[in-house]
Amino acid sequence: MNFPIISALILLPTIGSLFLIFSKSNDQSNSTIKYVALFTSIVNFLLSIYLWFLFDETTSAFQFVEDREWLIGIVNYKVGVDGISILFVILTTFITPLCIISVNNSVKKRLRDFLIAILIMESFMIGVFCSLDLVIFYLFFEAGLIPMFLIIGIWGGPKRVYSAFKFFLYTLLGSVLMLVAIISIYWITGTTDVVKLYELGIDSKYQNLLWLAFFSSFAVKTPMWPVHTWLPDAHVEAPTAGSVLLAAILLKMAGYGFIRFSLGLFPIASDLFTPLIYALSLIAIIFTSLIALMQEDMKKLIAYSSVAHMGFVTLGIFTIQQQGIEGSIIQMISHGLVSAALFLCVGVVYDRMHSRLINTYGGIVSIIPKYSVLFMLFTLAALGLPGTSGFIGEFLILMGAFKDNFLVAVIASLGVILGAAYMLWLYKRVVFGKLVNNDLNKLTDLDKSEYFILISLALPTLFFGFYPEPLFNTIEVSVNDLIEMYNSNLINK
Amino acid sequence: MINLSFIIPEIFISLSVMFLLILGVFKKNSFELIHNLSIIVLLITGIIVFNETLDIEKILLFNGSVVIDYLSSFMKIITLLAAFIVLAISKNYLDNFKISKIEYPILILSSVLGMMVMISSNDLIVFYMGLELQSLALYVLATFNRNNLKSSEAGLKYFVLSALSSGLLLYGCSLIYGFSGSTNFEIIASQLDSNEYALTFGIVFILVGLAFKISAVPFHMWAPDVYEGSPTTVTLFFTMVPKIAALTVFIRFLYVPFLELIDQWQMILVFLSIASMLFGAIAAIGQKNIKRLIAYSSIGHIGYALAGVASASNDGIQSSVIYLTIYIVMNLGFFSCLLMLRRNDNYYESIDDLSGLSKNHPILSFSLLVILFSLAGIPPLAGFFAKFYIFKAVIEQSMYFLAIVGLLSTVIAAFYYLRIIKIIYFDPEKEKYDQDHSPWLKFSLILSTLLILFYFISPSQLVEAVSRINFI
Repeated sequence: MNFPIISALILLPTIGSLFLIFSKSNDQSNSTIKYVALFTSIVNFLLSIYLWFLFDETTSAFQFVEDREWLIGIVNYKVGVDGISILFVILTTFITPLCIISVNNSVKKRLRDFLIAILIMESFMIGVFCSLDLVIFYLFFEAGLIPMFLIIGIWGGPKRVYSAFKFFLYTLLGSVLMLVAIISIYWITGTTDVVKLYELGIDSKYQNLLWLAFFSSFAVKTPMWPVHTWLPDAHVEAPTAGSVLLAAILLKMAGYGFIRFSLGLFPIASDLFTPLIYALSLIAIIFTSLIALMQEDMKKLIAYSSVAHMGFVTLGIFTIQQQGIEGSIIQMISHGLVSAALFLCVGVVYDRMHSRLINTYGGIVSIIPKYSVLFMLFTLAALGLPGTSGFIGEFLILMGAFKDNFLVAVIASLGVILGAAYMLWLYKRVVFGKLVNNDLNKLTDLDKSEYFILISLALPTLFFGFYPEPLFNTIEVSVNDLIEMYNSNLINK
Repeated sequence: MINLSFIIPEIFISLSVMFLLILGVFKKNSFELIHNLSIIVLLITGIIVFNETLDIEKILLFNGSVVIDYLSSFMKIITLLAAFIVLAISKNYLDNFKISKIEYPILILSSVLGMMVMISSNDLIVFYMGLELQSLALYVLATFNRNNLKSSEAGLKYFVLSALSSGLLLYGCSLIYGFSGSTNFEIIASQLDSNEYALTFGIVFILVGLAFKISAVPFHMWAPDVYEGSPTTVTLFFTMVPKIAALTVFIRFLYVPFLELIDQWQMILVFLSIASMLFGAIAAIGQKNIKRLIAYSSIGHIGYALAGVASASNDGIQSSVIYLTIYIVMNLGFFSCLLMLRRNDNYYESIDDLSGLSKNHPILSFSLLVILFSLAGIPPLAGFFAKFYIFKAVIEQSMYFLAIVGLLSTVIAAFYYLRIIKIIYFDPEKEKYDQDHSPWLKFSLILSTLLILFYFISPSQLVEAVSRINFI
């Protein structure tokens, strides 16, 4: 038996959090607590990089698979990664340490509990991306609600209770139908093992309803229009680290779910419902971009931009073109980096000025130049400037869309323009212009840890913008085989 | 000659009750002694059941009117364990209200005896006898804090309504006897004439009586008042132990004599289940008193357990038993927390008293967090698995409507559980509560929390344990 590397990835943060539970929480021990948490998450990151290093890019089969008896006779504990999921695992392990570093200024009370919640959250998120059994997937998918609910509710802003409830109940309502679908799949096919289900296929007469049940869950989580309203609330109220986790990783669970389950298990239904997804994605892209233009709260603006970006992702996935799906995955990774960075940028000024309103700021470029430069970089990455990872994703998605449906692609391209509009306008109002407020003179530029976080997010954004080859190499075979499987299922129906 | 060795547990408990009663009458100030002896009696009985009858496949005694099988042994063990913990953690509470009288443990023992008779009953008369024995003891227990107006009201209410339901139940029994010629479950099964509509009436009346005992909607009216008024430890007993016995009778009564009439009773059970799940979830939202809230929550949970029974399959029956077992563990944990809300000899029962609990009592509030999320059915806690098994069984029978209503009501129910968590974790703190709890209370809280939290490590154990319960 080889070393169970995936289970280690899942369990390590939880084990780290156990250490924290048994430590005392006071001002002296806070830095120790932080180092323990940081150490755990960095070890996990290194472990995931090692996993990427060992990963065989020439096959689409699941690797590092562990298969243990769990619910005997019903569900096996089965985890593993393929080219699609491994990048999300690395994204998770990469973002978490940055979140932990960022708590310095934003979390004032009960630091220990906060770090425990973040680490447990990390375990669940890695579990979602690695699980190869529907029940295990559901387990991790839902379990993530608990820490996130607490993160928003305990450490959030003034309307935190409302937002936390909305987040929890929306997601739960979406997910329960998925549970019905999962159990139905068990009775229809006799297994919930994803690999076996790929081989067996699901009878086409059941596919539509099952697809809709999964869709109800993923649509809420993505979030797609019109069930996206929890996201701006949750983002605005969550503490910075919470927003980062939410935007960078939680939203990706649904995109990943669409690729892995909706396309993989229900190709016939996916084909049928593609127009629905196209329509909702286009509405999300155009409509939420317009809403984003009108926002006065920076976090809300970025939250709406996330909805629009995820609209591109769902659009790309359902083009069922090599470019479209690859573009979606890269867009998700890139959005994970960029939205995390943007939320951190907002967090930086919020910690100093305690305001997220755009009109509080203006003309800060000469006061905090380092910040302004990095903020600029991420603004441009968010609107998809060539040379940043955002461009690669959007470009490929549009390319895939053009292959599949010309009109859809044209409308989606409009979204790119709107994206540029709201991001640049945000940047202009916050950074340039006249100094609106004398308090702004007291702003201090990035401190060491903030600088470190933003730089470490900027490097991969630029690196993958110029050289996306490593990403493509990892996902190419898996995506290719997924599309082949999809098409062969459609022909055989 | 009847082999009495199989009913040694019952005999042992009845002899102990008599002995303890006499001891209590003749020895002054003997509460402590009798309380401790009762705890030991329950433990010994549990061990006897475990050792003597757990391996038995099926044995009929007394002309087939008593049955010993795996279901009865399993349920008896749960009953005894639950009663054991209730007794163990109730001493301080009783002392505090100056109601530590010898009758308390003795009444609990005799109601447990009644439940054991119910669990083993294979005959309408035996079943009714057990039911009345446990009910009579419970009426007195509900009024046990007799100087408290609410407690007296609770007992009286329970008595009047319960007597009515017993009457209906007895009427049902007589109808069934009249139209099938026997009170024995197996003889009824062999002589069943499915065209006889009077039998359906009999089943309905008995189901009404039983639904009352487990407080399923629409026969739940008594539950919130009785739960609120009774002393907290008695409420804890109410929410767990009578339900075990009643659910066992539900299963045995429906699946042994009337399996063939499934079309007649399945709809009733589905209705009871849906109504309980929905009503329990919706009515709990507005509650301010924790005990009332838990009454509605237990109504909802019984709905899920009944959904398993309604599904008419071995999987369904097993899932109900699993559900009930996990529910009892969660309930035990929740009430242990409730009993810890004590400040200067006052017990607090309002939800607002939990406000900001997490600041001063991190361990207590973490346990509550785990228990509440588990009650709401969020993975990876034990409550999720309980619901998972139920829905698995329900969907197997293609009862999608029941499954979807059940899952939607979990979302509604999640709202009020979240509200409590919100009050504990997000709201401003209040004064500290006392920390000096009895070791039993701490033990039951920690044990139940750990069981709920780590159930996912080996979820198959419980499934294995109930896999021998087969009726179809």
